[in-house]
Amino acid sequence: MTYTTLALTLIFVLIPLILSKTLNLGLEKDTLVATVRSIIQLLAVGYVLKFVFDADSYLYMFLMITLMIVAATLNARKKGKAIKGITWKIATTLIIVEVVTQSILLGLNIVPATAQYIIPISGMLIGNSMVLSILFLNRFTAEIEATKDSIELVLSLGGTSKQAIHMQLKSAIRASMIPTIESQKTIGLVQLPGMMSGQIIGGADPVVAVQFQILIIFALLTTAALSSILVGFLSYPTLFNDRLQYIENSTSK
Amino acid sequence: MSKNGAAIQFQDISLERGETLILKGITDTIYKGKITALVGPSGAGKTTLLKLCNGLISPTNGEIIVDQHPITEFEPTTLRRQVGIVLQNAPMIRGSVFDNLALPIKLQRSNLHTEEAISMLNNVGLDESFLTRDAYELSGGQKQKVAIARTLMNRPKILLLDEITSALDPVSKGEIEQLIRKINKEYGVTIIWITHNLQQAKDIGDFIWVMMKGQLVESGDKSIFEHTKNSKVQQFFEGKF
Ligand SMILES: Nc1ncnc2c1ncn2[C@@H]1O[C@H](COP(=O)(O)OP(=O)(O)O)[C@@H](O)[C@H]1O
Ligand SMILES: [Mg+2]
Repeated sequence: MTYTTLALTLIFVLIPLILSKTLNLGLEKDTLVATVRSIIQLLAVGYVLKFVFDADSYLYMFLMITLMIVAATLNARKKGKAIKGITWKIATTLIIVEVVTQSILLGLNIVPATAQYIIPISGMLIGNSMVLSILFLNRFTAEIEATKDSIELVLSLGGTSKQAIHMQLKSAIRASMIPTIESQKTIGLVQLPGMMSGQIIGGADPVVAVQFQILIIFALLTTAALSSILVGFLSYPTLFNDRLQYIENSTSK
Repeated sequence: MSKNGAAIQFQDISLERGETLILKGITDTIYKGKITALVGPSGAGKTTLLKLCNGLISPTNGEIIVDQHPITEFEPTTLRRQVGIVLQNAPMIRGSVFDNLALPIKLQRSNLHTEEAISMLNNVGLDESFLTRDAYELSGGQKQKVAIARTLMNRPKILLLDEITSALDPVSKGEIEQLIRKINKEYGVTIIWITHNLQQAKDIGDFIWVMMKGQLVESGDKSIFEHTKNSKVQQFFEGKF
């Protein structure tokens, strides 16, 4: 594709702009900002990736993955601002997710240990882990807000902090994992996953593309489970003090 | 009354939340094996005082002595079983009445036998058909009865009751008063009972404590109903708050 043909795709930006203007939706500014940002960010990523692939150095690969984890952490922590040390908790979670998934993929020789594989797969898994952490934190804090009475009740009857928060923890872990599991049930039927579509357009054998997609789907299940469970078990202790008292405003501020 | 007759001693207790003083300089003794009725206008700090005794909150200043030991020396879980509380509004956990009764036992990784659950239900005036009822579907009064039974499962030495008969009809109210008296007399359980019903305080209390605006403004035996020196308390007794 040439840049001239790519420029023609701006028609797809014009359509929503015109619609927003005519219907007074007030989305023009956001649409423009989104367009400009996506052009700049993706072009930058494209050149960075090209550089990293050409350099073929583990140092650059490591730096790239570190950058992804930092960006994902900064994004996800907004949801749990009131939870003490949430930044480190999310960072730890993302690092564990990355180490566990890559150890399996590379350790068992499932994918070759080159930047071309490691970086896009890491990107997808870290991105998913970030979304899961956000989903989990949203649900967990809402659940706690709604059930303060029963947390206090369990504590008052001589329960530990883990016992007092167990229901809320379990329900938030479940709720945050369900979208991942559900979306996999209809995958391929309703929509072709982005990565697979990209590979097919790029000229890859559809069967090979499907094989990689399956790999990602399975890895996403592990990512989803690890992320919400890790964030959950790392954050709940900060909601209580050492006298097993619930700390007011420890989840919302 | 001698010192070892004390179940709970409050020593200059105060509690701050942000800018506000919720409790101010409370000093007094709750006597062992007695029923103390705690009364006062709404917002006076009664519930807060009970939560301090159960360890759900800690005071900002002052010391609470439970059974001759500073409250901070107890393991929180042990303290909360020995000093049981029936919370205001009787919150239920999701599940059946049996699940609610079994909760304190399950928290100790043990199981509640059905017979035990039934006998405790009978104690509070509910029959065994309630065991399988959805706890969220109960009436306010039924919840209060289940909440009392649930706290009693821990066999507390001190029992804190927060407006436990406010949603009960007169007959049920009488039954619960009788039950609490029995627990007090037969097992020597010390009781602090918050009530907004002054007649009830007179009927059940060996001692009466009056709280207002975070302070303990009057305490003594029932005679304080006849002659209190505090004019605000007098007005409160006359129903002016
Ligand atoms: N967690 C809290 N944070 C801030 N204020 C509180 C909290 N709990 C209670 N209060 C305030 O403390 C005062 C006493 O409340 P409470 O002990 O429930 O009174 P009572 O049981 O006598 O009606 C009230 O003014 C209440 O608004
Ligand atoms: Mg109250």
